[in-house]
Amino acid sequence: MVSRGESHFGGPAVELNGLSRSFGGSTVVDGLDLSIGPGELFSLLGPNGAGKTTTIRMLCCLLRPTGGTATVMGRDIITDRLAVKRVIAVSPQETAIAEQLNAWENLSLMAALHGVGKAETRRRSGELLDMLALAERASERVKKYSGGMKRRLSIAMALVSEPEVLFLDEPTIGLDPQSRRGMWEHIEQLKGRTTIVLTTHYLEEADSLADRIGIVDQGRLIALGSPAELKRQVGGAQATVVEADNLTDDAISALRGVYPNIRAIDGGVEIEGDDVRLHDIEDCLRPRGVTVRAAYEKHVTLDDVFIELTGKELRE
Amino acid sequence: MRARQLAIRNFKTILRDPLSLGLTIGLPSVMLFILQPLQDVDEFFTPTNLAPGIVLFGFVMLMFSSAMILSRDRETALFPRLLTAPLTSGDFLSAYSAPYLVIAVVQAGVIFAMAAVLGLEFEGSAMLVVLIMVSMAVLYVGLGIVLGAVLGVAPISGAYSAVLLLTIFAGTWFDLNQIGGPIQAVEDLLPFVHALDAARDVMTNGAGLGDIASDLTWVLAYTVAVVVVAGAAFRRRLVE
Ligand SMILES: Nc1ncnc2c1ncn2[C@@H]1O[C@H](COP(=O)(O)OP(=O)(O)OP(=O)(O)O)[C@@H](O)[C@H]1O
Ligand SMILES: [Mg+2]
Repeated sequence: MVSRGESHFGGPAVELNGLSRSFGGSTVVDGLDLSIGPGELFSLLGPNGAGKTTTIRMLCCLLRPTGGTATVMGRDIITDRLAVKRVIAVSPQETAIAEQLNAWENLSLMAALHGVGKAETRRRSGELLDMLALAERASERVKKYSGGMKRRLSIAMALVSEPEVLFLDEPTIGLDPQSRRGMWEHIEQLKGRTTIVLTTHYLEEADSLADRIGIVDQGRLIALGSPAELKRQVGGAQATVVEADNLTDDAISALRGVYPNIRAIDGGVEIEGDDVRLHDIEDCLRPRGVTVRAAYEKHVTLDDVFIELTGKELRE
Repeated sequence: MRARQLAIRNFKTILRDPLSLGLTIGLPSVMLFILQPLQDVDEFFTPTNLAPGIVLFGFVMLMFSSAMILSRDRETALFPRLLTAPLTSGDFLSAYSAPYLVIAVVQAGVIFAMAAVLGLEFEGSAMLVVLIMVSMAVLYVGLGIVLGAVLGVAPISGAYSAVLLLTIFAGTWFDLNQIGGPIQAVEDLLPFVHALDAARDVMTNGAGLGDIASDLTWVLAYTVAVVVVAGAAFRRRLVE
């Protein structure tokens, strides 16, 4: 039976060594090196087609790498597949449920396939169905569910076996805000006990949940670090944004006399430095007929980091 | 244990399509009813001769269903999810075939019961007939697994027609010896006619194990081969 804390494996929970995969001639995952610690929540970000799902499918032993290898809880994903499968669970990007069964049966099936006992399965299923607001219709065949309900069940089917390593491929896609928040809370609770590899396109999700983030683009890891580290890396020094009306070149040069590190942006200026005072700015601008609409510290989001690193254009 | 849970899921999936299941079990019995009055015209059409042929006819339908359920499953997102569970190819093989073997036993039981009502003669050992029929059930369901693991939904119908024809030409409701020629030559290399000959010989003439040893060898050898191929087909599906 798989349950948390039983494994005494001391190394990294997931380790990728030059992991690669190509289809035909094109390399989709290109030499990933990565080490994810036990209990870490690692978020894999990247544009569509970057190779996130392909990476996860290799780590779940569904896809054979064409180069390199990886281990999950110390077991090799090529040579020791059954052992890897004993400690993992996956919530695939696509909703994956047994349509002819009801929600209880779906959860019991996955729990049983992972060797969870009956009473324990019933307890966990009950909790998950409550959490995901499916309890009321749990005895109904799931093919009659709405898209979002199916989605919620599909995720629950990964959670019910309480694996040591959990792969969540865009878990919150298609969920309403309530369900998404519920899911975040649940993931938050798993942090520290379960190693989680999570992909998402909701960057605020990665920002608030992830211990570390890896950004992949065209199959390569192009950035790695905590959300704060990544933002620092891209955002550069601290800065203040001043939005103003009637801002003239003359006013800007006057302001440059006070703050040399200034540059014009759309509808205002951006002043670099950590000692920017609002009344100094107003004293300088008001006599020149400029009204300050707003002034605030520049806030770098993960979206900024993402766009900066992976480019603005849509690919493919 | 894990395989059993998956088998139960597959069984539930089958049971929840009662129309197909009813047809699969009921249709062969209807065939028996329709054909057996012909014994007034041709003495071949006795329940004793017909029963084993009709059973094989039913098994072909089971082969089709098992191929379809697996092939259709493979197209869903659920299938890769199942593959991430710690199950071996043997587990998958038994989980997908066991429900159909259960149905095969029920189906064959219904046909033989019906034949008994219509006046089935039974000279030899029932165990021998059971052995032949169980082996053929495994063979057909195994063939279904091979087809389902390898082919998409569309080409399965073609393969089904081929196996159906080969089964019928083996003499499900006539004597292959009366046809002879190239058809018989081909059929002699396949297990179907050997299963029919052996079963009829046991029932009509009370043949024993020694008398049907050669036919039985054909049947068992093919069955083992199909099971091995089915296992290999599943193993190839485990990882892309
Ligand atoms: N079985 C396959 N055969 C051929 N190409 C494939 C296959 N699976 C994936 N690819 C290709 O690999 C690339 C990466 O796909 P992948 O699904 O890993 O991207 P992703 O990062 O998960 O994207 P998304 O954010 O859209 O989910 C894509 O160009 C895709 O077309
Ligand atoms: Mg993806």
